[in-house]
Amino acid sequence: MDAATKKQLQIKACNVRMGVIEGVFNAKSGHPGGSLSIADVLTYLYFEHINVDPKNPKDENRDRFVLSKGHTAPALYAVLAHKGFFPVSELKNLRKPGSMLQGHPSMKLTPGVDMSTGSLGQGISTAVGMALGGKIDGKDYRVYTVLGDGEIQEGQVWEAAMFASAKGLDNLCAVIDNNNLQIDGSVAEVNSPYPIPEKFRAFGWNVIEICGHSFDEIDAAFRAAAETKGKPTAIIVKTVKGCGVSFMEDQCSWHGTAPNAEQYEQAMAELQAKLAELEA
Amino acid sequence: MADVIKTATRDAYGQALVELGEKDKSLIVMDADLAAATKTGAFKKAFPERFYDAGIAEANLVGVAAGLATTGHTVFASSFAMFLAGRAFEQVRNTIGYPHLNVKLGATHAGISVGEDGASHQCCEDIALMRTIPGMVIINPADDVEARAAVLAAAEYEGPVYLRFGRLAVPRFNDPENYNFEIGKGIEMADGSDVTIIATGLMVNEAMIAKDMLKEEGISARVINIHTIKPIDKDIILKAAKETGALVTAEEHNVIGGLGSAVAEVVCEEYPVPVVKVGVEDKFGASGPAVEMLKIYGLCASNIVEKAKKAISMK
Repeated sequence: MDAATKKQLQIKACNVRMGVIEGVFNAKSGHPGGSLSIADVLTYLYFEHINVDPKNPKDENRDRFVLSKGHTAPALYAVLAHKGFFPVSELKNLRKPGSMLQGHPSMKLTPGVDMSTGSLGQGISTAVGMALGGKIDGKDYRVYTVLGDGEIQEGQVWEAAMFASAKGLDNLCAVIDNNNLQIDGSVAEVNSPYPIPEKFRAFGWNVIEICGHSFDEIDAAFRAAAETKGKPTAIIVKTVKGCGVSFMEDQCSWHGTAPNAEQYEQAMAELQAKLAELEA
Repeated sequence: MADVIKTATRDAYGQALVELGEKDKSLIVMDADLAAATKTGAFKKAFPERFYDAGIAEANLVGVAAGLATTGHTVFASSFAMFLAGRAFEQVRNTIGYPHLNVKLGATHAGISVGEDGASHQCCEDIALMRTIPGMVIINPADDVEARAAVLAAAEYEGPVYLRFGRLAVPRFNDPENYNFEIGKGIEMADGSDVTIIATGLMVNEAMIAKDMLKEEGISARVINIHTIKPIDKDIILKAAKETGALVTAEEHNVIGGLGSAVAEVVCEEYPVPVVKVGVEDKFGASGPAVEMLKIYGLCASNIVEKAKKAISMK
């Protein structure tokens, strides 16, 4: 990836993070931690990798995206808004009565959302169904889904993983956001899903491990996934929960808590400073 | 009199899928390792390239069906009622019901008439579960003619449908030449003035027998077949309430949450009359030959007769 592209993505990701904070602060609830950990991957996908058109969100040949870890909708909404699916000003209406931006994604209400999710473990199955549909119809679109590392404690994830490899769905790519934290503590303490790569390999998947905050590594991983034939790819991304806002980083308590006014100012100031530095 | 044809509604389901598959080349059928029993095996044999087996994984079955539906395919996903409505309830609720996707749930082996397999496989809770999902259509056909028509209608309809089929071969009483099926439209099988028996599924046939038994005692019973439990035909129920003044419901399902509850909800709010329910009395099933088990659980004409008299006495 060239330096200019990388810088543009870093700037976009910074804006996306501000969108997350803006939304969650105004809603006085929501999930900032996991939204910030996956912000770079989502920014890359929508601004560099996947084929979607905000003017034609239901194009039957588009790539599909399913946010299986639906609680991190604020990050998806911020990306979709900056991509042009709806105005960025809409982010302030997150979780408000009558808003198109529900607490968890709704494909019926939000342009650009391909599947309603929120109940963990279910999104990946729907992504598998979309990938199967692409194969049946002879389409060359690809399907992407993002899961949390805590989410893979759900048995359904492994039902889906088994089916996807059994059907050779190489048009499917699942990202595991390995920020190592879930509501009740670290994933290892609560009910360890480790080792994650070995589990996916055992289920017949191609596995790639990267840092989820390095655009070079993200780019290389998704390109490699797209070239992999005969099996689905799992990209395990090592991330920092709350990444980009100093006091939220690697803190379990920021899984599902909104910042107060003071914390909001501090978070936005940090992100503004980062943005200014990137744009300098 | 010609011999009565006996066919399980699940067999009619399998045949109707093949019929549909010939017309709609994009139709996909899925199962969870029960194709031989749910009869989706007939479709698998006819169109192997459009049949997908999820294996013993009902949660994923439902999710994959939902994802496929978003790509423009009509999908029928099948398993036993216990596992489709029961085990995968939350997947059906969140991944099919909430986004209102075009998935048809073909649930077989509903109710006590599963027989020897016993309580673990006799689902008497599915109508109650599915009824609480906004936008879910629920159809419980009474014979093979109605089952075929229901499958064809469900395929035409855009949105989620729960189709409930039985394992037991049941008598055909509808005429395949003249039968007309409309989702949400109850059918008056016989007119009567003293009481109305509102039945669904295999209990419709029992209701007709009960009607004849009541006639011998000088009681005139109307019989209504409610094949669509949701959306329910309020008009036909309220008309019966007004004209006969007493209702008996009959279903192969728990008396909690099924047809009886749905009928009671309608009349309670608009025209209260006695409603006496025939169904599984909040119990689990048990092993035994299906026909015998239905009698043991009171899912028979003689119990309907008894309850009809009770309903009339409460007028």
